[in-house]
Amino acid sequence: MPTLTRWFVKTSLAYFVLALLVGILLAFDSVGGLFPVYLHLLVFGWLTQLIFGIVFWMFPKFSRENPHRSEGLGWVTYIFLNSGLILRALAEPLQTNQPAPLWGWLLVISAVLQWLAGLAFVANTWGRVKER
Amino acid sequence: MLANKGLPVMPWAWSLLPAHMEFLLLGWLVQLAMGVAYWILPRFSSATPRGDERLIWIALILFNLGIWLVAIVIFIGPGWLTVTGRAAEALGVASFTLGVWRRIKPSGA
Repeated sequence: MPTLTRWFVKTSLAYFVLALLVGILLAFDSVGGLFPVYLHLLVFGWLTQLIFGIVFWMFPKFSRENPHRSEGLGWVTYIFLNSGLILRALAEPLQTNQPAPLWGWLLVISAVLQWLAGLAFVANTWGRVKER
Repeated sequence: MLANKGLPVMPWAWSLLPAHMEFLLLGWLVQLAMGVAYWILPRFSSATPRGDERLIWIALILFNLGIWLVAIVIFIGPGWLTVTGRAAEALGVASFTLGVWRRIKPSGA
């Protein structure tokens, strides 16, 4: 299993636990703005991240020299996805409970980072969707 | 749409939320799972190792038609489109299920 896949999978497992903890907090209804955080932690932190890691590892090789296509683009995906997710998890409740331009801008940056992560993943994976 | 949450310069962007969820949950996660399952499930040792491909093509077309019908309802309105879209998605999944059902078996069996 490639190093990057191990990072994706272990990080996704950590987010899974974290998302379920946030789910417990939701039951107490004590902090506003946590529901979208809960959804994003599950859908991006856990499911999407797990898929990214497994796809990087298991999809047909791009070429003999570069089986995973670009390792660098893979790491860019990892860093953008997780920095975007962490920013959202912090800024979303802050913006809900104490709206301020700073939290608003953090949400914008978070959205752009997540979009770029998706773009980097697609760019690196597209050519690997093929017959072996 | 997510950026608009922090910097509300396009209030209309929130109307994209159903499409955002439709594309990500069904268009991305479910469809990827279906594609990878079709690729990776045990095959038959016959001339059609992945079974009846037509069922999977029907699934692909119906599922995506459904996703788009549900996603565009917010722009063109009629509520029956949502029902039609959901029905297309359900039929797509049914066709996919039929197509892969017999491949859920021990490898080599």
